[in-house]
Amino acid sequence: MTLSYYPGCTLKTKAKNLEDSAIASMAVLGTDLVELPRWNCCGTVYSFAGDEELHQLAPVRNLIRVKEMGSDKVATLCSFCYNTLKRADLLVKNNPAKMQTINTFMEEEIDYEGDVEVVHLLEVLRDDIGWDAIAEKVQMPLKGLKVAPYYGCTLLRPQEIAIDDVERPSIMHDLLKTIGCDVVDFPYATECCGSYQVISNPEFVSQRAWDILSSAVRRKADAIALTCPLCDANLDLTQKDLIQKRSDFNGLPVFYFSQLLALALGLDPEVCRFELNYVDPRPLLESKGLLGK
Amino acid sequence: MERIGVFICHCKLMTPIDTDMVLEAIRRKPGVVHAEAYADLCVTPGLEQIREAIKSEGLDGLLITSCSPVLHQEVFRQAVTSAGLEAHHMRLVDIRSHDGIKENTERALEAIDRELDALKASQPPVHRRVPVIKKVLVIGGGIAGIRASLDIADGGYQVILVERTHSIGGHMIQYSETFPTLDCPQCIETPLMTETGQHDNITIYAHSEIEEVSGGIGNFKVKIRRKAAYVDWDKCNGCLMCTEKCPPRVLSEYERYLNLPKRQAHRRAIWVPHAQAVPMRPIIDREHCLHFTKGKCGVCVDTCPNKAIDFEQEDRFVEVEVGAIVVASGFDLMPKSFIKEYDEDPDIIEGIEFERILCPAGPTTGKVIRPSDGKEPKEVAFISCCGSRDAEHGVPYCSRVCCMYLVKQALLYKHVCHDGQAYIFYMDIRTTGKNYEEFVQRAVEEDNVLYIRGRASKIFREGDKLKIWGADTLTGKRIEMAVDLVVLGMAMLPSEGAKELAAKLGIETDEYGFMTELHAKLQPLESSVPGIFLAGCCQGPKDIQDTVAQGGAAASKVLALFAQDEVELEEAAVS
Repeated sequence: MTLSYYPGCTLKTKAKNLEDSAIASMAVLGTDLVELPRWNCCGTVYSFAGDEELHQLAPVRNLIRVKEMGSDKVATLCSFCYNTLKRADLLVKNNPAKMQTINTFMEEEIDYEGDVEVVHLLEVLRDDIGWDAIAEKVQMPLKGLKVAPYYGCTLLRPQEIAIDDVERPSIMHDLLKTIGCDVVDFPYATECCGSYQVISNPEFVSQRAWDILSSAVRRKADAIALTCPLCDANLDLTQKDLIQKRSDFNGLPVFYFSQLLALALGLDPEVCRFELNYVDPRPLLESKGLLGK
Repeated sequence: MERIGVFICHCKLMTPIDTDMVLEAIRRKPGVVHAEAYADLCVTPGLEQIREAIKSEGLDGLLITSCSPVLHQEVFRQAVTSAGLEAHHMRLVDIRSHDGIKENTERALEAIDRELDALKASQPPVHRRVPVIKKVLVIGGGIAGIRASLDIADGGYQVILVERTHSIGGHMIQYSETFPTLDCPQCIETPLMTETGQHDNITIYAHSEIEEVSGGIGNFKVKIRRKAAYVDWDKCNGCLMCTEKCPPRVLSEYERYLNLPKRQAHRRAIWVPHAQAVPMRPIIDREHCLHFTKGKCGVCVDTCPNKAIDFEQEDRFVEVEVGAIVVASGFDLMPKSFIKEYDEDPDIIEGIEFERILCPAGPTTGKVIRPSDGKEPKEVAFISCCGSRDAEHGVPYCSRVCCMYLVKQALLYKHVCHDGQAYIFYMDIRTTGKNYEEFVQRAVEEDNVLYIRGRASKIFREGDKLKIWGADTLTGKRIEMAVDLVVLGMAMLPSEGAKELAAKLGIETDEYGFMTELHAKLQPLESSVPGIFLAGCCQGPKDIQDTVAQGGAAASKVLALFAQDEVELEEAAVS
């Protein structure tokens, strides 16, 4: 089975560890992720304020690329890309007039008619493959690894595009349980990481990161699992500063969900590209006997 | 019909029409001999005018343009029949509308034309006289059902009181002291419960439900399911020795499944809800009884001095015939799990759970502890409007009692824990009852209850404390606080199964399942089916005061019906 896949910019650079581990895992689960040709920025770096239509051009053009592949469904790995594409799709679906304006403006492209379903890979794992089928493929249950799933905001807000219950999501909990982790519930799981404030207000994001990480530590988590490269940057990279400043903090590994999935499916840890994680998770995995060979 | 009179009512509240033009048009209609406009027809001089015209003109038919027949039909009917005209020779035409004079006039003329034809073709209705069986069924043994039962029984009529649980008393008996007078239900309700249990005219079917209802006013046939108790209640003498030795310890429905340290609030598999139950008869809970689950226990059989345990007992059915029904099926609280922003935590409890903890006759004998560790909470936060007044996520209506019971609980808490602090998160403080506002002021001034205007957006455990994130909308500031116990004022919902019960009775409910009264203001006790009356929270959220008043009022409706030997039912003629 194949599934159209939209990577987005960070997946090709900083978040290569997310992409490689996800593509490898999906292959084991019987689904080949096929990258969109000629994809462009999802559009998230454009403000959603101001002229609404103009800011939908980038995401809508990506959805047109999906149509050109002869596909009616596209999966994303980055939750910010998911948010941007899904909201653009919803906006044009609900506003035929705006859809027409956008189509007219991009006269060189075929028309978009709200006919592409945007999903996040977690949804594919839950709805198309299913937890039971994943459990059957697990080679190395991640026993004894206490992981706190962190959803951030973009998978769940606004409510209309949420992939799960807005206030009490369980989709990543269920995945982590399926691959054998001890799931640690913590109150900051759906709080915002600080997002792009990291550029203009790094102190603020540092505080956010500390609030989130320390809450997970208090709940006895060994690590955090997440889906979004921006959350990852704010929660993982920021630890450089936090470890320096706080004598009582030695760092908390931050995984992409796909890295843990790949490990559990028995893939070579090389595909997880752990060298790209700022806080190196390998000593933790080694201590739990989870690094394979 | 050759001598028809038409009256056009044009009081100040009536839809404006071109009266002269309408009168002129009517006068040309065949058969019409009298047409007249009159202001305020529905009051005595107007009615006199109608009677006068019937007599002097010898009218044999009458058309009256008016408001809705729902409220006015009876008044005009009495007037015309007293003047010798048959009731079905009079018709009301509802001409109310909200357009301009021209449109209103056209519509009125059309309606008058239509009704003139109908009047000429009208047949005498069929009258059926039904004997009234002077026995009433009361559904629900809470305070509303108890009040209605006692009042009807005292009036000399037989009452059959059906209660789903195995004791009457309803939610009220679970409460600690009640607002605003702080008298405890164990003192003020138990005498009524006992009186109900001992009244010669009242038969209680506890642990029973309504299975089927047929018939109508004066003559309902009702099938009652008496659920198996696995105890022969006729042989049982209520000594409760069986409940002392029964091995399983189970969370109790009556204690709202409170899981307190040392299993203080647990019950056994054979149990009565509390020490003042009426009837004082136990039931066996099949799900937890070792005889039913493992097939190897008989402790209750051995301890019962009267050989009343009967594991073979099955549901039985009783059929009764009654002349009237009072529905008093009460309410439930919205489950806490509905508010997903708040953790599922033993120390986040709902109002009735805290009532049990505060209650001197409750599992802790009134000692205030928190469920997680049995310690006395030093700071308690109360959250109003959990699910109520929240059209987007919950229910849009106000549950009416939460403002008062939460402040009452805060005050009672302070009376036990003098060094404690109570906070109440609120949207508005709604204290409309007698002495209610004074009660709130007392709690604020004497017991330092601190009100915070705003809602709590998230509550979660942080170590030993519960952390609350919220907003103080008076200062416009974010609030973060840590407390030991949180009490949620959950929204009131109709009791479980209310819609199914209403369907069996054939009465209407609103979209939430509250039973609909016939008229919001003028017929608040009548359901949509004649002979079925409503009392208490099944009709909408209300406090004990209003519930008792409505229970008594429903009883008076039944007594008025029972003062007649027959009811006359009018059915439209079949042509």
